[in-house]
Amino acid sequence: MSILVFIEQRDGQVRSVCREALGEATRLATALGGPVVGVCAAASDPGLAALGEAGADKVLLAAHAAFAGYDAAGYTRAVVAAVEAVKPAAVLFSASSMGRDLAPRVAARLGAGLATDCVSLAVEGGRLIAARPVYAGKALQKVAFPRTPALASLRPKVFAPVSPAGRSAAVEPLVLDHDVAASRAKVVRVAAAGGGKVDLTEAEVIVSGGRGMKGPEHFALLEDLAAALGATVGASRAVVDAGWRPHAEQVGQTGKTVSPKLYVAVGISGAIQHLAGMTSSRCIVAVNKDPEAPIFKVADYGIVGDLFEVVPAFTQAVRKLGA
Amino acid sequence: MIQVVCVKQVPDTETRVKVAADGRNLDPAGVTWVLNPYDEYAVEQALRIREQQGGGEVVALTVGGAGVQTTLRNVLALGADRAVHLRTDLPAPDPLALARALAAEIKALEPGLAWFGKQAVDDDQGQVGAMVAELLGLPCAAVACAFALEGDKVTAEREIEGGREVLELTLPAVVTAEKGLNEPRYASLKGIMAAKKKIIEEKPAALGEPNLEVIALELPPPRAAGRIVGQGVEAVPELVRVLREEAKVI
Repeated sequence: MSILVFIEQRDGQVRSVCREALGEATRLATALGGPVVGVCAAASDPGLAALGEAGADKVLLAAHAAFAGYDAAGYTRAVVAAVEAVKPAAVLFSASSMGRDLAPRVAARLGAGLATDCVSLAVEGGRLIAARPVYAGKALQKVAFPRTPALASLRPKVFAPVSPAGRSAAVEPLVLDHDVAASRAKVVRVAAAGGGKVDLTEAEVIVSGGRGMKGPEHFALLEDLAAALGATVGASRAVVDAGWRPHAEQVGQTGKTVSPKLYVAVGISGAIQHLAGMTSSRCIVAVNKDPEAPIFKVADYGIVGDLFEVVPAFTQAVRKLGA
Repeated sequence: MIQVVCVKQVPDTETRVKVAADGRNLDPAGVTWVLNPYDEYAVEQALRIREQQGGGEVVALTVGGAGVQTTLRNVLALGADRAVHLRTDLPAPDPLALARALAAEIKALEPGLAWFGKQAVDDDQGQVGAMVAELLGLPCAAVACAFALEGDKVTAEREIEGGREVLELTLPAVVTAEKGLNEPRYASLKGIMAAKKKIIEEKPAALGEPNLEVIALELPPPRAAGRIVGQGVEAVPELVRVLREEAKVI
């Protein structure tokens, strides 16, 4: 049976996170013996044939002027129409802001089970099993699907894209009857955050600060380190609640759960709700003046010391590597 | 205007998770139960709208076992007018089953706004609000971090990668709340006293067929012990070396 993948585009560009979902779809399709089919809603073809390189055999394109930006009702119709056309065993989304918004709507429309933010998918005895962190990562839940299609959204930065296959995907139109005027919710504007920063959930490297930073003015130190490492700045709940940093930067149980290649925790003691959100990082570095801080129990490498001395020295040393 | 706020009782975020004997659910022993943190923002926004409009009704709605009524009482203490408890003794119904039970009740209440937290901090699915909207054919602003109501027009903002989406919706609508939407209030003593007299209506939850089957709950493997590379600034060259040569991350 086939695997359907929702292909996400913004501003006419396919988002790279889709390559991760296509990679996993390719592995599942090998186990289940079917093609990988993409579905994309856009104003015009954002270069979908190139997704053959990422594992797609075919991509269905629902083209409509109203689909240039995210249109929840229209995108839902597009994915549901693709499911009806393709009858897949599974439908995969990225657990991006768009995928998280869209997948439950599609699931409700299809009456299908959805597992969000999955970190692994497996075929066991012919049925799909999804593993997903719960309690912000304090535990892992495994779920099965009583019916097909099984719907799953995949946590960014966890699934590997396939290496270029040197082929192109067939692009076919998906004809929809979509009444734009009937939509009672519209995205009227997208306001870009400054600097075109990579979102925490998609960052390769994160530098996070906690109460040990002593005040919002000192986060410039972390921004310098982040610039040197090509990182995104994160924050603990304590500093977000104190108003030092915006909530979008919070890592932990009431913030974002992240899995970067490198997570640098600076002046963060390591409350359980923070650890839950970042312990799936590949490599964790902690800088803290308290050698007993719980953060050192999960850190691969730690420096005990004054962050106001250590961080600038670390920034300098990283800059030298790049020079 | 009637507003419905759908809430969930969840383990406190400081909870250390233990797996129950069935190998599939949380061991509830010793767990402190609280109102889902994101639901606090939903409750707060509904109360503010009622206050701005100088009237209307805020109905708290939940699904769960007998124990969830303490959380409904807390929402009543914050200022909700009454509560409906859809009773089930299943430990953790799946999101679509929950959405169906909630949608049936919300439809009967005919609210102008139905509020949710963006996700519950126990199963972290983040599905139910958008599913209810879809089941009822209502527009939905999910993960809203800003909200304004003028007449029957809602303007909401949601964070996306590298920016914010600004949405416009027409009532009736569903909104799911993100942290930062507002600064939730605490219950006053007067509110706590008044809550004791407010009505919690109990009825069975119409969950329907399950849509997901939980087959296991496991604790993640502990991280291998790391090491302190040194003290203070002198340790920086060694840190850079191990990150480059051992971990190969810079």
